[in-house]
Amino acid sequence: MATPGGTDRASHSLDKSITLPPDEIFRNLENAKRFAIDIGGSLTKLAYYSTVQHKVAKVRSFDHTAKGGIQHDSDGEPLYEISVQEEITARLHFIKFENTYIETCLDFIKDHLVNTETKVIKATGGGAYKFKDLIEKKLKLKVDKEDEMTCLIKGCNFVLRNIPHEAFVYAKHADSEFRFQNTHPDIFPYLLVNIGSGVSIVKVESEDKYERIGGSSIGGGTFWGLGALLTKTKRFDELLQLASKGQHTNVDMLVKDIYGGAYGSLGLTGDLIASSFGKSATADKEFSKEDMAKSLLHMISNDIGQLACLYAKLHNLTRVYFGGFFIRGHPVTMHTITYSINFFTKGEVQALFLRHEGYLGAIGAFLKGAEEDNPNQYSWGENYAGSSGLMSVSPDLNPMQRARSGTFLFDMLEMDRLERQLVNLPLLQDPSSYIPDTVDLTEDALAREYWLYCFEEALDGVVKRAVASQKDQPEAAERAEKFRQKYRHKLQTLRHQPFAYGSLTVRSLLDTREHCLNEFNFPDPYSKIKQRENDMALKYYQKVVKSLEELSWDQRQFALVRGLLAGNVFDWGAKAVSDVLESDPEFGFEEAKHQLQERPWLVDAYSQWIERLKGPPHKCALFFVDNSGMDIILGVFPFVRELLIRGTEVVLASNSGPALNDVTNSELLIVTERIAAMDPVIQAAVKDDRLTLVQSGSSSPCLDLSRLDKVLATVVRERGTDLVIIEGMGRAIHTNYYAMLSCESLKLAVIKNSWLAERLGGKIFSVVFKYEVPSKTQGQH
Amino acid sequence: MELNGYHCDGEGCGEAEDEDTTGPMQVRSVVEAPCSLAAAESMEKAAAGGPAHRERRISNSTSARQRTDSLRKNRPPFPWFGMDIGGTLVKLVYFEPKDITAEEELEEVESLKSIRRYLTSHTAYGKTGIRDVHLELPDLTLWGRRGCMHFIRFPTHELPAFLQMGRDKHFSSLHTTLCATGGGAYKFEADFRTMANLQLLKLDELDCLIKGVLYIDSVVSVGPPECYYYENPTDPERCQQKAYNLENPYPLLLVNIGSGVSILAVYSKDNYKRVTGTSLGGGTFLGLCCLLTGCSTFEDALEMASKGESTRVDKLVRDIYGGDYERFGLPGWAVASSFGNMMCKEKRDSVSKEDLARATLVTITNNIGSITRMCALNENIERVVFVGNFLRVNTLSMKLLAYALDYWSKGQLKALFLRHEVCVCVCLCFKLISKARQWFSVLVLEYCPTCCSVFPALTHPFQLMVLLIISLDGSDVIQIWRAVLLWNQE
Repeated sequence: MATPGGTDRASHSLDKSITLPPDEIFRNLENAKRFAIDIGGSLTKLAYYSTVQHKVAKVRSFDHTAKGGIQHDSDGEPLYEISVQEEITARLHFIKFENTYIETCLDFIKDHLVNTETKVIKATGGGAYKFKDLIEKKLKLKVDKEDEMTCLIKGCNFVLRNIPHEAFVYAKHADSEFRFQNTHPDIFPYLLVNIGSGVSIVKVESEDKYERIGGSSIGGGTFWGLGALLTKTKRFDELLQLASKGQHTNVDMLVKDIYGGAYGSLGLTGDLIASSFGKSATADKEFSKEDMAKSLLHMISNDIGQLACLYAKLHNLTRVYFGGFFIRGHPVTMHTITYSINFFTKGEVQALFLRHEGYLGAIGAFLKGAEEDNPNQYSWGENYAGSSGLMSVSPDLNPMQRARSGTFLFDMLEMDRLERQLVNLPLLQDPSSYIPDTVDLTEDALAREYWLYCFEEALDGVVKRAVASQKDQPEAAERAEKFRQKYRHKLQTLRHQPFAYGSLTVRSLLDTREHCLNEFNFPDPYSKIKQRENDMALKYYQKVVKSLEELSWDQRQFALVRGLLAGNVFDWGAKAVSDVLESDPEFGFEEAKHQLQERPWLVDAYSQWIERLKGPPHKCALFFVDNSGMDIILGVFPFVRELLIRGTEVVLASNSGPALNDVTNSELLIVTERIAAMDPVIQAAVKDDRLTLVQSGSSSPCLDLSRLDKVLATVVRERGTDLVIIEGMGRAIHTNYYAMLSCESLKLAVIKNSWLAERLGGKIFSVVFKYEVPSKTQGQH
Repeated sequence: MELNGYHCDGEGCGEAEDEDTTGPMQVRSVVEAPCSLAAAESMEKAAAGGPAHRERRISNSTSARQRTDSLRKNRPPFPWFGMDIGGTLVKLVYFEPKDITAEEELEEVESLKSIRRYLTSHTAYGKTGIRDVHLELPDLTLWGRRGCMHFIRFPTHELPAFLQMGRDKHFSSLHTTLCATGGGAYKFEADFRTMANLQLLKLDELDCLIKGVLYIDSVVSVGPPECYYYENPTDPERCQQKAYNLENPYPLLLVNIGSGVSILAVYSKDNYKRVTGTSLGGGTFLGLCCLLTGCSTFEDALEMASKGESTRVDKLVRDIYGGDYERFGLPGWAVASSFGNMMCKEKRDSVSKEDLARATLVTITNNIGSITRMCALNENIERVVFVGNFLRVNTLSMKLLAYALDYWSKGQLKALFLRHEVCVCVCLCFKLISKARQWFSVLVLEYCPTCCSVFPALTHPFQLMVLLIISLDGSDVIQIWRAVLLWNQE
């Protein structure tokens, strides 16, 4: 299909023959509104806002009063009912494709655009003018031009604020080429160096305050223009390919060419370029295209890097982001710019790049048009299921490969509007250095190998569970199969490009799985299991509490901790446990205790914890809970009960949305209500507001303390929280194991994965009981 | 101690005594350990007393007769030559004595004779060596000897052949220490030693640059003022050169534009640092011009540039925004993307070589201006002196620099130029002066092609003579001829 002639033509004129993959591109177009378009020199970026209808599992308490008693009858009737409802959430779609397909794409959009209350399309970029008439004709939308730089800055602020691991450092020769940066709580001030045809250097001080402090005419256009003259090569990416094969030392005059070695008295090394193109002035000889392209690339990258450093120094800025078509995902230019910045600042300033740099203009233009929706008031999250990763087979790259395949290539970014605004936990010791994840799989090849294998192995089980959760729906199997393919594809991508979505972590692998499940309408595959477990556990609650009350204080404290840990063994997320549970459903709470490692535990701070309990009670404890059933009801609640009796207020933080068998906020509300009905201590605490339930803002089996519900943060601050308890493998081991808090903290988990246990120096079902007190000086500040 | 040193210098007879006692030792130290740390330190110390020394020199020039005697007595043996080993060319200066007496002729050793004959009887050496006859300075009196100064150049890659010749003709038997500068003095030092058994006295270029700039400004008292700037640089009609008084020069930013560019911040005579540099310099201009237009010399490139129009090659702000980009205060005439129009095939086909040369010149010059301005801001310095061979006969670039600095700094920064801009190499002498101040005296002769004159800056009987010659290499690139002749007394 793709004849050489055909592709050649495609690169020069609009290609209308191509068929778009409708399931994959321009998704959710039916409800799309608020369009924005950014047309660059070769790529078009389209943005729109859409509402996504998807199923959510809701839980609702039965009306027990009708039966004349609060007491739950043991007649097998479940505790609460589960209903699957349609929910509408907002999503941002960004698509990038080649300009040659713009007409095809506009036609496609026109055909699929049902809701047409939209009247205008915001446009930015150099091509916005050129394609204005075409857009207006095709879409019947008025084109409203927005300033390019304003859009760029707005987009940049947006991605920096909403996408963790957006920025990265590029290190060509390191083990992992991409080193992602933590999201800094305060993104301002920063320097944005946009390398288009020329260079603009912009200082951004706040959302609305920015200034173009300088620029240079030597930019991408110089590389392209001068490169085309010197090498007779027309295309930008072909020039870059030439450059990556060349030897600049054949064309440039180096310090050692003049001095024979280093120029010691000035600290100039011999390999330094003394004069770019200095050798081409003398010899009559021919220079290879590759060598000239390389020399040109060095000349321009060094020059831009030098100017960027001079501006950064003058304005005292250390965060410098690079963008523009010259940079856009090209490892060659990222490398030369990084090299230049390192050389000129001696490592004081790092060159930072952005994963979604190509979308900044489109995002900004979109935000300009969506101001009435207040997009900046919400928190947004990258949807891993709907986004192509960094360095995907995007239209930016691999021109040769693209020419051969003749397929329509595109790159997507989708962002979900989160229901709640997310903020830092106020108790983080240093929010700017907080890293949620314990192991960065991007850097740890061995761990990466294992976890990718592990998730791939577990995929069958997840598919089975998903189908089982929707027995009544015949097409569930088909959807589950699609889920399997999508997630397996993501895993394959990550195997080859671990950096595709920022740092690869166990958390990101889990989150990606959740996103993919949601994508195919499996909102909560564990809802029924959770319901059954909660039901069962509730029956034992009073018995457990009673037996605990009979123990001495010392015995009771130990039993409470063991109960907490035993409850944590029940976890459908961990493969070892799901195996046991599948084969032996009678595996009970008591038996779980027998599985636990005897003291001394793998990490054992129990004695210190007991000593602390002998002291004054804590003011308020924040408890991040984990699983449903035994864990929350027989493990967490008795423990919480003891704290309440001691005079400590308790805030229970649970997930906003479902993830594996983790108890969700809405489930916990019902569970708490039921327990309160049985237990006067809990009832009184709820009534007096000493026991509070908050949602974490997350739908992940892991926990990112830098992205928590704003209400949670407020409650934590108001209550004077002085103890944080984090439970479970996902929240206390995969994440937050090394998190430093400004108050006392308890991190406890049972390691239900033998590989991880071994890595930590233990065996399966090893216990981690980590009690930490911040050092005095840190606590005071 | 310094005062003592100068005191000795001043007393003609005392000096002779000094020589007898300290001379041989010093010679040894210069010859055997030209780069020793100790020598460098004594140089630094000595350098502190510069101005006082200069006053001395003037009073010294009166005792002409004494000088002549001393000249004869301390005249170094032939051959007199020096070299500048650059990245591309080696520049050799040779003084041919014309007043050789019959007696001398007899005494002259065979090797010396053969050198003299070989150098003066040819205008070409091998395939690539050339004697620039048009630059020759006939009838020059140097050190009481009348003679002719020859300028010879050959490509640096022929240096091994030169050294081979030096060995064949027994240079080393003449106990000559060569004074050499340029990067090649470092690069080929070992080759000189091993192949030709010659010792090089190396002189650091940048280290001396500073003193040279200040020196030249202080010694030029007649004729047009040395330092000048362009008044009204943004208005071509009213733009003109104006004298600038560099009496209180500090702090100043010194931008030396050679093949590459070095930017130095000078806080006092002895306190300066290299702020930064860029590889986009004169070499880049010429290199790119050669590739783009097929020209081969700097003069051709400049000539073409003067006839071209860069706006056909560059993409201007107005090409993108239709006019000024007011939001950011960018005027429509500003270059948005150098060579930006060349991204488009039709435009590539429509530009002339002259346009390309002009665009290259404008790109390189503006970039130097831009980096310089940022350095000036970072270092908080308002005066910028531009020097270097890129600017020689390159009024276009000088005016561009003046314009760019004035416009983008809103008049805060001033671009200064030197009439003898290349003469900063006088600094080379200063290095030697300071090194040897306590025991030697120095003569500086300077030839400046701009004003076409040779003037004695210092006149005093010397054991050590430093000759510095700067010239145009009309055939190739603008070249600086720097020659340092060192006599060591036997």
